[in-house]
Amino acid sequence: MEIDPFIFRLSIFILSIFIGYYVVWSVTPSLHTPLMSVTNAISSVIIVGAIIAALSGNDNTIFSSSSIFGFLAIVLAAVNIFGGFLVTQRMLAMYKKKKKDK
Amino acid sequence: MSANLSAILYLISGVLFILALRGLSSPETSRQGNLFGIIGMLIAVTVTFLSVGNFTTGFIYVLIFLAIGGSIGAFIAYKIPMTAMPELVAGFHSLVGLAAVFVAISAFINPDAFGLGTPGNIKLASLIEMAIGAAVGAITFSGSVIAFLKLQGIMSGSPITFKGQHALNALILISIVVLTFYLCSTQSSNLFWILIAVSFIIGFLIIIPIGGADMPVVISMLNSYSGWAAAGIGFTLENTALIITGALVGSSGAILSYIMCKGMNRSFFNVILGGFGATDQSTGKSKKEQRPVKSGNADDAAFLMKNASSVIIVPGYGMAVAQAQHALREMVDTLKKNDIKVSYAIHPVAGRMPGHMNVLLAEANVPYDEVFELEEINNDFANADVAFVIGANDVTNPVAKTDPQSPIYGMPVLDVEKCKSVLFVKRSLSPGYAGIDNDLFYKENTLMLFADAKKMTEDITKNL
Repeated sequence: MEIDPFIFRLSIFILSIFIGYYVVWSVTPSLHTPLMSVTNAISSVIIVGAIIAALSGNDNTIFSSSSIFGFLAIVLAAVNIFGGFLVTQRMLAMYKKKKKDK
Repeated sequence: MSANLSAILYLISGVLFILALRGLSSPETSRQGNLFGIIGMLIAVTVTFLSVGNFTTGFIYVLIFLAIGGSIGAFIAYKIPMTAMPELVAGFHSLVGLAAVFVAISAFINPDAFGLGTPGNIKLASLIEMAIGAAVGAITFSGSVIAFLKLQGIMSGSPITFKGQHALNALILISIVVLTFYLCSTQSSNLFWILIAVSFIIGFLIIIPIGGADMPVVISMLNSYSGWAAAGIGFTLENTALIITGALVGSSGAILSYIMCKGMNRSFFNVILGGFGATDQSTGKSKKEQRPVKSGNADDAAFLMKNASSVIIVPGYGMAVAQAQHALREMVDTLKKNDIKVSYAIHPVAGRMPGHMNVLLAEANVPYDEVFELEEINNDFANADVAFVIGANDVTNPVAKTDPQSPIYGMPVLDVEKCKSVLFVKRSLSPGYAGIDNDLFYKENTLMLFADAKKMTEDITKNL
């Protein structure tokens, strides 16, 4: 009997939860705020769904009822992607080591 | 682009996201990690464009909307003050949630575009995944909006409770399950809309009873929810990058909320149910006898610190409110010039989100190797001369160790009272968030400095 592709995706999902578990425990507590902002940014990879939805129409009906939701989702996810990565970068740039010559 | 190739590229972008989180294990590697994340995102977006392959007018519109969202995001990222980080993160969570809802709606209306069947005849598995994604997304959205309003101060930070709250929440959660079940058997779009509406309501109801100081748990929890919503949509779209990311973010948020719960000695279960923070209110107010406190001014504080050889600084939410981190850093610079050893002690739940204090200190150019977590520094208080408590309260309360009746009993606290002397900057003697009196105020070796945190710190610097 053939295995349903769903099972493969489920395996990836479960294993990723474990990876996430170990990776996140190794994050230093002082970087927990950047962790939140970067997880925010990467979870906006949901934009791939938004793009598919937005491009579902053809040239005559670019804005159909389903693609409009796609376009709205693109805007939301884009705010998050740019905002999330940039604010993380801004924060991380502030974490400096003690300068010895001071 | 072939489906196999794009699947592999999505996998690569998922791996890059794992590396992005891995980088955060130390500040040195963190910036590289962030870069990995950005590359992963670029790959995912590019692959999606190529695999849809529809470079018509619609494509131009996609780019336009992308640019609109992108510029708004970039603008916010550059303008936002570091003290407003908790609000920003809550706001961003709400966007992820809403985006998940929109994608689910779009897939429901037009399943052809996603290869999920036809309207009214969507594959059962896809429909379940879609419903879960939409419901969790909607909960994330409305919950985060409430968290945002509370953090921003637009909505009162005090818990809003009413009779039968838990029963109502339970009822709504059951109805979500029932609705999903009927949605799958009937494929009715009305049920889909009702499901989303009910999920919005439950998200709202879960967060309103939670008090301001419990926000670190709430934000982490919503972080987790946004991940699960993304994973749900990932299953619908059969997209590996989304599934991996959803799982990563989901477990990341769950771990953070676990750490926060432990920092407050609350059970995880208690948190998931909501309604925490409400039980703490009544206690302590009854036994408010007048006890003598010693209060001093900036001059006294400066004198004490000047004669110390080591000082430990305990920052809390009050420092963020008063924006005192820069003034604090100037004070510490002056102390260091006098050869006084200074370190910072950070309680896990200090502030309004995980790592809140660390970011503020980093912003004020405090080197991160002077900043310590509770377990690392707690033994040092006994050997330190002065503890300077600025804006923290409950996390220093020795009652948590001595009084089993206290609502915060068992919560890990900083052993501030073991210092030779304690300087406590606070505007008044009012109890902290938990509503309990802090025994530390009345200790022999405590000197209360009644003033705004920023002003007091500046005055001390002048007197040093």
